[in-house]
Amino acid sequence: MKPLISMSTTMGAKRPESKPVIGPKSRVLLTGKSNGILADKIFKVLLILCALSVLAMVVLIVLELWNQSVLSRTAFGWRFFIGTDWDPVQGLFGARPFIYGTLVSSFLGLFIAVPLGIGVAMYMTEMCPRALRGFISFMVELLAAIPSVVYGLWGIFVLAPLMRTYIQPFLAKYFGWTGLFEGPIYGVGMLAAGVILAIMIVPFISSITREVMLAVPQTQREAVLALGATRWEMVRLGVLRNARAGVFGGIILALGRALGETMAVTMLIGNRPEIAKSLFAPGYTMASVIANEFTEATEDLYLHALVEIGLALFLVTIIVNVFAQLLIWSITRGHKAGAHA
Amino acid sequence: MPRISAANRIWRSAGDWMATGLSLLASVIVLVPLFAIFGYLVYKGAGSLDWAFFTQIPKPVGEPGGGMANAIVGTMYIMFMASVIGVPLGIGAGVYLAEYGRNRLGNVIRFTADVLNGVPSIVMGMAVYGLIVVRQKHFSAMAGAVALGIMMVPIITRSTEEILLMVPQSIREAALGLGIPKWRTTLSVALRTASSGVITGIMLAFARVAGETAPLLFTAFGNAFWNFDPAQPTAALSIQIFAYAISPFEDWHRKAWAGALVLVALIVISVSAVRIATSRGKMKGTT
Repeated sequence: MKPLISMSTTMGAKRPESKPVIGPKSRVLLTGKSNGILADKIFKVLLILCALSVLAMVVLIVLELWNQSVLSRTAFGWRFFIGTDWDPVQGLFGARPFIYGTLVSSFLGLFIAVPLGIGVAMYMTEMCPRALRGFISFMVELLAAIPSVVYGLWGIFVLAPLMRTYIQPFLAKYFGWTGLFEGPIYGVGMLAAGVILAIMIVPFISSITREVMLAVPQTQREAVLALGATRWEMVRLGVLRNARAGVFGGIILALGRALGETMAVTMLIGNRPEIAKSLFAPGYTMASVIANEFTEATEDLYLHALVEIGLALFLVTIIVNVFAQLLIWSITRGHKAGAHA
Repeated sequence: MPRISAANRIWRSAGDWMATGLSLLASVIVLVPLFAIFGYLVYKGAGSLDWAFFTQIPKPVGEPGGGMANAIVGTMYIMFMASVIGVPLGIGAGVYLAEYGRNRLGNVIRFTADVLNGVPSIVMGMAVYGLIVVRQKHFSAMAGAVALGIMMVPIITRSTEEILLMVPQSIREAALGLGIPKWRTTLSVALRTASSGVITGIMLAFARVAGETAPLLFTAFGNAFWNFDPAQPTAALSIQIFAYAISPFEDWHRKAWAGALVLVALIVISVSAVRIATSRGKMKGTT
């Protein structure tokens, strides 16, 4: 390791001149009465301040959201989350269409992305030729580096026309009877938002699943194979079964991501505060209503209602994330401790 | 020894074959949009790029020509300020967690860093709007930088901690044994050994934040003209792309593609430049 070498040369430079007796400089260092102690204390205090700043940021965010939503909280109470009216002119605010839109688009995204993400991870870790492995994981990681607004741009000009001309007519023709795929075809709408979310969260699911699958000890695979299992049975019984909590954690983490995703969804969901059964219909999400209306909100109550939506979004995302972290932690920590069944 | 029947063997190997086929299919389905997005980005973006794009500011609606020079500079400018805020705090907190954090405060900080990492970016924008923009009474580049800087902190903190924990304890002990004070050991020995991993973490945070739009909507706000004053609204590529993409003008759509290409190129180039400049170290990054 090269850094080690460079480190030892720095230390060589620090060492006192090669005299047999300890020089005054190093004596000061060794007796500990020098500024070494003081510097250590200052250093530690600085680090604690940095660490506390993380805490302070979260506290400030929560306080700000709480204080800025007080008007809406007192005016509507819990009814805010059930009400369906969103009428800034009359001062009526209900968040149900947005909550519905956020949940439906996120779960639609998960529904598409989960099988794909797990499939990719399975192919990468267990099945694909070694030469392809690096390439696929690099490409999938690259998907995660594209900004959300670029996904939205692609969604508007490529995905939406594609949905309008091919996918939606196809779905309407063969699956229209379910009631999920009917009504006018716009291209943009709940379905398009779900698809773009799926594309965006697949890398999360697959990279976490891959990590968790790699954490399953090799001996598990060998044991199952030695019993005469095929490769699929080995993956199913030896790997996925051991990794399932972690895989589930990855899915929940992706859900947290999808819930808070703003730009791409705003550009594709159609932005209409309605609850419709058909996935072709436009909808609205909590994040996109904030993005679209926050700078236009002139009335205090309007502003506070939007902040309350933000507060709700914040709390839900936090709960989802913490739950996911706990699940992933339980798997990877168990692996490190070696005491995991 | 019980024998496996032929039917059983065929059934099971068919299942094996199908699972392999399905997972291969999943990989293909995932990779197709990726290639489609990149292909389109280069095709549409490169076709709309010209010299004016890099040198001129946007023209008013209806007038052809113009560019996004102010937005390109604005993004760099905001990201520079965000890094000045986020990087030292993130590294400091990460070093604290790795070197002193085996206690209750450490666990609390670790937990809050994860919470902060999960805050939706739009909510971050809203909070910074309340904390800074409302008090200053106008949108500003500084507020945008604060929002992005805060988003960088938890990513850098956790990656710094993780990478520092991989530095063998014996190296620290060797340094301490020579009478070097703890702060010096941490900075010149532990942190230095881990430097390339720490930088990987910073670049991850940078890449994730540089393309963010939602937190800038209510903070930096965007600007059709040049601005270098941190206290004034400033253009950024991501906001400009969003505004142009949802506009009804053909010419603006082309500019949005060009802007998206420049934004992605900016991220990829800055990340790989730092990677190459620091790839001498052998310690691997986390992800």
